[in-house]
Amino acid sequence: MSNKMHIKMTVNGKAEEFLAEPRELLIYTLRERLNVTGPHIGCETSHCGACTVTLNGKSVKACTLFVAQADGAELTTIEGLGTPDSLHVLQEAFREHHGLQCGYCTPGMITRASKLLEENPTPTEEEVRFGMAGNMCRCTGYQNIVKSILAAAAEMNAAKEAAQ
Amino acid sequence: MSVSKPHPHDSAPLHVTGAARYIDDIPLPANTLHLAFGLAEIAHGRISALDLGAVRSAPGVVMVLEAKDLPGDCDCSPSNHDEPLLSGAHVQYLGQPVFLVVATSHLAARKAARLAKVDYQPRDAILTIEEALAADSRFEDGPRIWERGEAGEAIDTAPHRLEGRIEMGGQEHFYLEGHAAIALPQDGGDMVVHSSTQHPTEVQHKVAHALHLPMSAVRVETRRMGGGFGGKESQGNALAISCAVVARMTGKPVKMRYDRDDDFMITGKRHDFRIDYTVGYDDDGRILGLEFQHFTRCGWAQDLSLPVADRAMLHADNAYWLPHIRIESHRLRTNTQSATAYRGFGGPQGMLGIERVLDHVAHAVGRDPLQVRTANYYAPASDAAPAVQTTPYGQPVQDFILHDLTAKLAAQCNYAERRKAVAEWNAANPLIKRGLALTPVKFGISFTLTHLNQAGALVHVYQDGSVRVNHGGTEMGQGLFQKVAQVAAARFGLPLEAIQITATDTAKVPNTSATAASSGSDLNGMAVKAACDTIRDRIAGFLADQAQCAIAEVQFADGMVSVAGQSMPFAEAAKRAYEGRVSLSSTGFYKTPHVAWDRIAGQGRPFLYFAYGAACSEVVIDTLTGENRILRTDILHDAGASLNPALDIGQVEGGFVQGAGWLTTEELVWDRAGRLRTHAPSTYKIPACSDRPPVFNVSLWDAPNREDTIYRSKAVGEPPFMHGISVLMALSDAIAACGGLYPALNAPATPERILTTLDQVRHV
Repeated sequence: MSNKMHIKMTVNGKAEEFLAEPRELLIYTLRERLNVTGPHIGCETSHCGACTVTLNGKSVKACTLFVAQADGAELTTIEGLGTPDSLHVLQEAFREHHGLQCGYCTPGMITRASKLLEENPTPTEEEVRFGMAGNMCRCTGYQNIVKSILAAAAEMNAAKEAAQ
Repeated sequence: MSVSKPHPHDSAPLHVTGAARYIDDIPLPANTLHLAFGLAEIAHGRISALDLGAVRSAPGVVMVLEAKDLPGDCDCSPSNHDEPLLSGAHVQYLGQPVFLVVATSHLAARKAARLAKVDYQPRDAILTIEEALAADSRFEDGPRIWERGEAGEAIDTAPHRLEGRIEMGGQEHFYLEGHAAIALPQDGGDMVVHSSTQHPTEVQHKVAHALHLPMSAVRVETRRMGGGFGGKESQGNALAISCAVVARMTGKPVKMRYDRDDDFMITGKRHDFRIDYTVGYDDDGRILGLEFQHFTRCGWAQDLSLPVADRAMLHADNAYWLPHIRIESHRLRTNTQSATAYRGFGGPQGMLGIERVLDHVAHAVGRDPLQVRTANYYAPASDAAPAVQTTPYGQPVQDFILHDLTAKLAAQCNYAERRKAVAEWNAANPLIKRGLALTPVKFGISFTLTHLNQAGALVHVYQDGSVRVNHGGTEMGQGLFQKVAQVAAARFGLPLEAIQITATDTAKVPNTSATAASSGSDLNGMAVKAACDTIRDRIAGFLADQAQCAIAEVQFADGMVSVAGQSMPFAEAAKRAYEGRVSLSSTGFYKTPHVAWDRIAGQGRPFLYFAYGAACSEVVIDTLTGENRILRTDILHDAGASLNPALDIGQVEGGFVQGAGWLTTEELVWDRAGRLRTHAPSTYKIPACSDRPPVFNVSLWDAPNREDTIYRSKAVGEPPFMHGISVLMALSDAIAACGGLYPALNAPATPERILTTLDQVRHV
């Protein structure tokens, strides 16, 4: 049955190369093969968003993508944004504004939010609410998630202005 | 002081970087085995033939276990020893685990589990409340009945009476992290289990039972859950037991994680209820007599259904003085998943029953529902004017603050003006209707099973002045560990960073209760305080001795210890105490005072105190499609003197949205064969970011608890869930604008149900 495919991808800036079944799901590639466990498994049907990663500049749900579809791709996961000692602006905003409770949805949530702010650096509250609708959180009621993203956007824009 | 401050969640830096470790993130030894259940495909009957050949020969399968292969029944029940791990021949619900696949990977186990060939002899399944009543299929011998006064007589002699019914659906917990467990076999047959559980001691107990070991030979560790909401109080037992049994058989580490669909099909959910009522009332809508009948589907096993149904009865009054009341509660056994604990634990269902009655009566007397609600409130109580009014179960309501709280919220959210504006909108718009409702919450705090109201802690101070805290509570996102760390820091006068938070571990603190009933901070905060104070007093005693001063002259503040005016860093004090051979480790223990409860008689003081709050929601419905939105919600919630206002407001916001989800979009549908048809997020709709009300104002009623709780705070996990009731009542109010009849809207108020109810009110 084995029909392994030679896969190359860049994950958080690091080149990876391995043989894999083409139908291996990307979330398993990340979590089990590459030990990148920030993206979580929530529903395995692309509804909850806990596995959200950025693939070639787009938000995708890693639970319903085959590894073959990510061959040659550039991937960014939550681990590529910052570390506990050096948080990304969005990560710091989620911490400071309590945009999390159990934390399980948080990596996917922040990864999606980082793309949202690239797509639309100055979103309205409504644009954030609808732009994040593909990522579920069962704990917070989303209030502080929206607040965190708006705060991060404001800070990133202020930093951009200061730099100009 | 570290308490009362809005510190972020202690794990936030790990959460936001993906570095927080859940069970599924724990690195595994190379030879770890993985498990999956094979599930029953009928709701009730016998298995006549079970062919597991294809399962056994599937790639990666190591072995397959049936009930007869287990070392005993491996019971999973937290209450009644009626949940064998595997069904055996007798199938009691569709989704019941029949066999257990052991394989070299998670996916191999799951794929193989689908390959069984099973022949069934189906029997009639009891699926609905009506079928269970017809078959007299129930737990306990008959209905539980509590009464006060002469309800029937009071209804008969009241100026008005009405009857009604509300049906409310169950609710899937949908913790983002599904159930998971790992078992690691140890020396001499001992077992270590990592479990995503709210109740490590229960897991320890059930694993020990399954392995025929004393509890002392089993250690269970839980660092954090990705959400619990009650769904991980008892439902994780099956995974932990499975892992431990296979680990014992094979000598290898074993892991099990439910796929989301399996999690839906196997595990219990919130109890659905039907509540029938007959009420007698006066011209002002004051309730004179009330009879409730509660009917609930408990599913196939008893689990926690009796205390859940009890708590529904205990909240049949919510905030209202009911002089004559009779509550009859039927706990029905059905061939469905065994309904279990879920945030509020029956309280929301009982409370929705009485809120429906108040709404119905207000409609009948033609008054603003808020006016009728407050007219029925318990009398205000304070220490200056002790309450004379008691709950239907005889507990004096000594801390009733809802008069003031409701008035404040109504003023803050401009209730009166918006009531007028909604009426004007509805007069002007024939198709799009608005509705408004303000509903109160009074929720009893304590486990109703009195002996559960205890907690233990273990605190170590090391010679470098660092502090390690452990207690029996579990962290599921609610921020319990941070609140408890804040308590420990305050007792030692240390900055919060000095306190090391550690995983819940049955080898450190034994005989713990579930982190449930909103009790986590109340119980564990007090136990940790006791442990810290013991160590602090030892250090103080030693230093006072050395300095020849009074113990009272030793002060702990700002990371320093001052002794008769001389100040030293806490670390120096710890080092001196260590060198002076002072024990710097202590347990702490707490038991809730004053509680005493007879559940059969329905009399006593089950609760140490009540937590209060009120919510006002405004909604809009499209009367052609039933589509609806929450436009605005305002909440004022009582968390006592909050230990951490940021975490508490987070609980209120999240609780409200979850409660609104229960009553609007979250619909569980079983077909006539007993198959749950909504077993994934594709068909079961929890609130998304876009469903959150665009205007959402939450604040805390900041006043100390009259009871002596930890820093006079109040429990906050469950009570805000019931603010979701304001949404259902607002939807009902919007429908009421369309016709003369009372809109008896059932829950969840999906667009279909809204349309059905619209049809009913229009047919006048």
